[in-house]
Amino acid sequence: MYHSGSASANSDVRLHLAVLNQTDRTHTNNTIMSLSDSECWSVNLTLPSVRGAGKDFINNLLEELRRNAWNDHEVFGVHLAVEEAVVNAIKHGNCLDESKQVQICCRLWKDRLWIEIIDEGCGFNPDEVPDCTQIENLEIPNGRGIMLMRSFMSKVEYSSAGNGVILEKLRGQS
Amino acid sequence: MAAFRRLAISEAGDVTVVRFVDRKILDELNIQELGQELFQLVEQENRVRLLLNFFNVEFLSSAALGKLITLDKKVKAHNGKLKLSNIRPEIYEVFAITKLNKLFDIKEDEADALAAF
Repeated sequence: MYHSGSASANSDVRLHLAVLNQTDRTHTNNTIMSLSDSECWSVNLTLPSVRGAGKDFINNLLEELRRNAWNDHEVFGVHLAVEEAVVNAIKHGNCLDESKQVQICCRLWKDRLWIEIIDEGCGFNPDEVPDCTQIENLEIPNGRGIMLMRSFMSKVEYSSAGNGVILEKLRGQS
Repeated sequence: MAAFRRLAISEAGDVTVVRFVDRKILDELNIQELGQELFQLVEQENRVRLLLNFFNVEFLSSAALGKLITLDKKVKAHNGKLKLSNIRPEIYEVFAITKLNKLFDIKEDEADALAAF
């Protein structure tokens, strides 16, 4: 169960993921899967909880975005948001515990990007993260990653357990 | 002056001008090292009039913003001044979203920033 606090659930994405869970995902790790006609690129992978583990995935994603003519601002925003989400999962979710992994499911269509990132941590409540844009919180060094994700993506939803996040970007939207 | 791996240091009068070696400031270990070098300028070398020139920077993460915020606190604790300049529009957007454009004194270019000290 995911919630964003504002946007409603996207049913076709849910269905897509449900099908994925039943089929490819059970036997596919770190491999690019076969694509449906409407998809440009798709990948499922498992990352170890070590710093920098998401680098290749993110570089490949950015390359695919550019190949599909996403503009520089969109690529910059996706880069920032995905970087923050992956670092959060590895560092804050799994606490750099190498016995834990991060699962990533990524789908790219021509005008839409959808990514689910799940860690094995105990989760957190995004509503409890202080609003760093408030004057009294401006000098707090942490907590801006979530804000940047929300600003640069069309939708950010956290699982009710707080250890999963779905990022969605619709091309041409902030 | 100590050797720095993540920073390029120069002087303009009594102002220390800091440029960043990395175009993309996102690797966690590099950010850790970057923070240590910035803090060293203030705490060990007593350079408290600092201009950070972002000309070379194309990307930075929230962890890097955290280091800048901590640096700002250290500079203020030493009664110094910190200014930022040459920030690209997409990087400035990150500062604006997080409202850090209100915390930091950001100037268009190095000359403007030096004149404002």
